[in-house]
Amino acid sequence: MESIKNRVAVVGMGCTQFGELWDRDADSLVLEATDEALQDAGIELKDIQAAWVGTMLGMTGMVLSSALQSQYIPVTRIENACATGQDALRNACYAVAAKVFDIVLVVGVEKLKDEGYGGLPLGMSADGFHPVYGAHGTAPGRYALAATRYFHRYGLTREEGKTLLAMISVKSHHNGARNPKAHMRREVTLEQVMKAPIIAWPLGLFDCCGVTDGASAAVLCRPEDARRFRDDYMVFKGFGLSAGPGMGKSKTDYDYTHWEETWRAATQAYAEAGIKEPRKEINMVECHDCFSIAELVAVESMEICERGHAKEDVDSGAWTQEGEIPVNLSGGLKSFGHPIGASGCREVYEIYKQIQGKAEEPSRQLKDVRLGLAHNQGGHPGRFICGVAILGASQE
Amino acid sequence: MAGIVTYGAYVPIYRLGQHVLGAVWGTSSGRGEKAVANYDEDAITMAVEAVTDCLKGIDRKSIDALYFASTSPPYREKQCASIVAAAADLRRDIITFDFANSLRSGTNALRAAIDSVKAGSCSRVVVVASDCRLPAPNSASESLLGDGAAALLIDNSELSATIEYQYTISSEFLDTWRTEQDKYPRMWEDRFVYSEYVTQIKETVSALTQKARLSADDFNKAVIYAPDSRRHQDIAKALRLDYKNKVQDPLFDQLGNTGAAFSMMMLVSALEEANSGDKILFVSYGDGCDSIILQTTKQICRIKDRRGMKYHLSSKMDLPSYGKYLRFRNLLEWEAELRPPDRTSLTLVNRQRRSIYALIGQKCKCCGGIQYPPLKICSWCQEKGQFEEFSLQDKKGNLFTYSMDERAMEVDLPNILCTVDFEGGGRFYSQVTDRDPEKLEIGMAMEPTFRKIHDGSGVHNYFWKVRPVRVDMQGK
Repeated sequence: MESIKNRVAVVGMGCTQFGELWDRDADSLVLEATDEALQDAGIELKDIQAAWVGTMLGMTGMVLSSALQSQYIPVTRIENACATGQDALRNACYAVAAKVFDIVLVVGVEKLKDEGYGGLPLGMSADGFHPVYGAHGTAPGRYALAATRYFHRYGLTREEGKTLLAMISVKSHHNGARNPKAHMRREVTLEQVMKAPIIAWPLGLFDCCGVTDGASAAVLCRPEDARRFRDDYMVFKGFGLSAGPGMGKSKTDYDYTHWEETWRAATQAYAEAGIKEPRKEINMVECHDCFSIAELVAVESMEICERGHAKEDVDSGAWTQEGEIPVNLSGGLKSFGHPIGASGCREVYEIYKQIQGKAEEPSRQLKDVRLGLAHNQGGHPGRFICGVAILGASQE
Repeated sequence: MAGIVTYGAYVPIYRLGQHVLGAVWGTSSGRGEKAVANYDEDAITMAVEAVTDCLKGIDRKSIDALYFASTSPPYREKQCASIVAAAADLRRDIITFDFANSLRSGTNALRAAIDSVKAGSCSRVVVVASDCRLPAPNSASESLLGDGAAALLIDNSELSATIEYQYTISSEFLDTWRTEQDKYPRMWEDRFVYSEYVTQIKETVSALTQKARLSADDFNKAVIYAPDSRRHQDIAKALRLDYKNKVQDPLFDQLGNTGAAFSMMMLVSALEEANSGDKILFVSYGDGCDSIILQTTKQICRIKDRRGMKYHLSSKMDLPSYGKYLRFRNLLEWEAELRPPDRTSLTLVNRQRRSIYALIGQKCKCCGGIQYPPLKICSWCQEKGQFEEFSLQDKKGNLFTYSMDERAMEVDLPNILCTVDFEGGGRFYSQVTDRDPEKLEIGMAMEPTFRKIHDGSGVHNYFWKVRPVRVDMQGK
């Protein structure tokens, strides 16, 4: 088995404004993200040999070919629930690494705000239709099971647990407020988060990510060709993808506070990238924080923070922009927004811009980013599919 | 000789205080409270509770028939007894009947069960009467009608009460009725209706006691159906019964009139208090009158571990708001739901009928691991297809974790999702019902309960939820 390390480069990326885009359709989002990525790479659509589109929309790759009016090139539609975006990138990477194609396009897109109600379109949060078992379960209801258990396991009172989660959301909103393309560009106070209406106890409104429209795109080639497009390209260092057997909710040895799929995906990705001490070696983490508790448990499960010690990190500000290991500098899914199929690719977009020193708002720019981690996860505690990607600067 | 082996009963956890009704309608309120089914309960689910209570410690494979009685069967066309039998995990080769349309259907079923056992066509029959009648808002019956169920196990051996004499009359008399179009029960002028009630009961009891050569004084307890408390006192007087000492409390201020289940629930109350050798006069009314004389045996004192009436009555939660009651009974036009409606798949339900109706999981023959829902492969050791059935419905467990969803498509929010770890193995991902959200705690004792999940696709979709183990006022 060979590693993906240094075999695929990112030479162009694009990302639309994220938000409740009432006057935009999916086609226009695909087009805008693609145009930005192609322009960034300095190429045209006709240069693209194959494409992958990550989305829960539609049934086929024509979500992309129709939007772009691409002319008969292969397009594959990828769907892995909320882990869709990164998996589209991953599959495209393997085609490029195999040298079947030299230059390919990846687009993640979602148009969620055409339903007429808040929250996720129903059916999206349910993995497999069952009329009664798990009926009326929702994404926040299922993630909150992990929060209640985490509080219990680590002896946090309801107040302490809520405060811990609230501090994560305050941080993410602080980051997103300064990110021009983010969905929710508003700082929130600890008090606001604590007093917000409950969605699914213990998760309140500000513990939940935005339901968002948006698209992101990437142009990939092999590193040996990358300099034809730019000097400051980015390379993939490692990929991990883990699909769990999905029986956590049914097995008495599952405790919700450690996510095995997340740990497995991270372990694979670290092995590919040759990372021994993730907390020391990785400069930034874009984490799939669909809920505040998701950021907390995922960071622990990826061994960026010791299990049960997230509170110390959050209290000391270790995950803030100025901290030891910034988590969700973009604002995360929480504040940047979560268009399902677009998020995985959008996380990579943040790392790409940070590595290049081109964060849209200068005050957001980290110094000297060499390695970034993108974590993208679908399903819910006990029933996950998780992807982890490690990305590095070209010179690494 | 045929008779009763044992009994069970069910009273839903919610009580609607008469003061709540008084406050809503601006009327002087009566005394006490009545039992009200939760939003996920109906005559079928309450029957399952009463049957499983009745069959505690009894081999369910020994049951040959289940007779279900109700005036509020959830289906106009589709048998209820078969659903109750499936949920109670009874054998497939049993006889199931529905008895409906009459307030007397409970004792109709009981009489049929006695005859089946006497005739030898069945050895053991479970009779269950369950009712959840819907009273019109702001009507006399609103403060009167309650919900509940009772079950009796009928056999001709191991009896705790024998059937000594029976006498029945049939009557075409219309006192209360519902046509196909009626949502709520109707009644003719009460003075007329109640005078006829007294006449019929007197006629029946008189014939029965003559047949048995007994008089009112010979009974240790009289269990008599009555539409309300005043009529109950009237009939006791007319029959010259000692109301204070020898007439079973009809529980109007604790339970309400539970329709077809009412007289059988009262009988269970009487059996709970009975001593060996007691003579019980049992009278049920509706479209005529059924009367039975029972005599208890020494076996009556050996019936244990039944929640029955006393325990269920003292295990309760207030339903403090009439608005919530309206939601429970779906009595108003509600705000339109923009989210897609619930749906079901009857092919899927049929494939999984054992796990859905009876909460049957699997035990792996290779590693002993227990899993629910059933899979083709063991989630513990990954061996293929080596399982035996493992029932979770009679197990208790502990709350492992939970969440309280305020935005779910549920009638009674928050929707509490949870996982429960069962004693003896197995974990169940479920919804918590009959609960006070403020009082949930990780580790608390939980038990499965058969409920209606939703009415998607025009089907009553039943499945199991969990509830905190019901405790009575003594905290037992």
